[in-house]
Amino acid sequence: MNVKTKKFIYNACLTIITWSLGILWTAPFIGILMISVRPMEEIMHGWWNLEHISFTISNFLDAWSGRGGSYPLYIGVKNSILIASLSTIVPLIVSALAAYAFARLSFPLRNLLFLTITLLMGIPAQIIAIPLFKLMNNLRLVNTYLGLVLVHSAWGAPWIILFLRNYFMSLPKEIEEAAKVDGASDVQVFSQIVLPLAKPALLSVIALQFTWVWNDFFFALLLIMTPSNYVATQCLAFLKGKYHVPWGLIGAGTIITMAVPVALYFALQRYYIRGMIGWVVKG
Amino acid sequence: MKSKACLFFLLPVLILIIVFVVYPILGTIGLSFLSPEGKFVGFQNYVNVLTSDETINLKRFPFKHPPWGTLIHNAVWITIHLPLSLVLGLFFAVVLKGVKGSSVIKSLIFLGMVTPMVVGGWLVRFMFDKNLGIVNLFLRLAGLTYLADKTWTMWPQLALLATILGAVWMWTGFSMVIYSAALATIPKEYYEAADIDGASTFQKFFYITLPLLKPATIVIVVMSILEELKIFDLVFVATMGGPGSASNVLALQMYLKAFKYFEANEAAAIAVILALLTIFPALYVVKSMVGKQ
Repeated sequence: MNVKTKKFIYNACLTIITWSLGILWTAPFIGILMISVRPMEEIMHGWWNLEHISFTISNFLDAWSGRGGSYPLYIGVKNSILIASLSTIVPLIVSALAAYAFARLSFPLRNLLFLTITLLMGIPAQIIAIPLFKLMNNLRLVNTYLGLVLVHSAWGAPWIILFLRNYFMSLPKEIEEAAKVDGASDVQVFSQIVLPLAKPALLSVIALQFTWVWNDFFFALLLIMTPSNYVATQCLAFLKGKYHVPWGLIGAGTIITMAVPVALYFALQRYYIRGMIGWVVKG
Repeated sequence: MKSKACLFFLLPVLILIIVFVVYPILGTIGLSFLSPEGKFVGFQNYVNVLTSDETINLKRFPFKHPPWGTLIHNAVWITIHLPLSLVLGLFFAVVLKGVKGSSVIKSLIFLGMVTPMVVGGWLVRFMFDKNLGIVNLFLRLAGLTYLADKTWTMWPQLALLATILGAVWMWTGFSMVIYSAALATIPKEYYEAADIDGASTFQKFFYITLPLLKPATIVIVVMSILEELKIFDLVFVATMGGPGSASNVLALQMYLKAFKYFEANEAAAIAVILALLTIFPALYVVKSMVGKQ
């Protein structure tokens, strides 16, 4: 056997092994898909039994409309879309403004302020929970979209500020300076020069922030109590069967709840990964 | 004029952060020093929390099965989850480097990072279910029926381990992606030079790859510790901290104390302890990201 064949066999083995491993790694997802589309009798003794396969969409219909004891996911999905969209746009705008100030303008206490804001990035949500609930209660914002959006916007702002500030600083200063010489104000430079140049970074922020808000459970648990205002993750978390675990419903609910962030991930994969790597590795 | 511009840029976000983040943090710190009647009690709430079996239970740890107390459970989370996710992430990153279609496999593995942790909670129950669990299936095939015939999340001996292993499975995509990015930055010339000197694959890995991955490793370690301390959703759905608080963690303990048992002051003390634990990794992240600019 010459070196070339050896190498070919080695590569083939490696490919087969890693592909099997990769597929094995996704087995729980495959399983959850199986239990969602197959009737309960078939999967009772393992969703991996493939002798009799029949398909049903009844689990999806039940999970979506709330039959069978689940909270209707069509409401949860609608609420989640609304809340996640607003909770992406609002902090993106206000944080981009602040990030520009931190990157380009000089003002007293700039560094101290910046450090304080970024330190807020790692703290656990529990540290704000009790006073936040009281505050929201006093403001009559418990159980409202607005309340949850405000919290998500404030909570997401620190990392967006840090991420965009680092990106703005990597842009060439010369264009901005030229515009200023021509009499452009800071606001004009920001909105007409910096923002268009920062499109990739803005897309990263949109991808990550939307996903994190969509996936959030704690703030929703804290601030939303009325089932008609539940977000998708709440509907799924509170799913319960009367006598046994309703795996078919859970499978369908899981896939519906996952579908949006997964679709967003595949659509914006490049920005998603870059955002994730950027905000952990860059520096 | 200049300061007006600054205010325009900074004010909106500062108002949001001060009202909805900073003020509540200070409120929680304040609550943690008060009695339920509102009297100042110094560190009494902290003493109560830290001496409670709920938080640290040295009568059971380490020789009896959990519950060991939430603080110890979080420590167990770090002890098991951190090394496993580092090794698995590095393994996938290295192995997938030269494989056909590796980007597809990477996407599939990364799916866990995109998925809500609430889903993760259900998936943990599903993976370790005695009838439907894929882990139980493999254990049964391996002849370990004693382990296979129980639903792990309902079994005090293994509920904690089930949640931790579930999170390893979900988050391996993170370390894999970071390691892959770091691997791509290592110049080919290093390996070529090593080849000329006759280095073996193992030598190249241990003397070139591993040392150059140190910055990536530090980032993964720090970020993972943060997430392991803050774990909440997954445990809430998978076990609700049970059975009998055998898989409870600090974040969930705080929530239950505050919003189920209405002991806001002790709950606030737990929140402050948790926040203090996260401060050190967070400080590191901030330092490295604010960076040299």
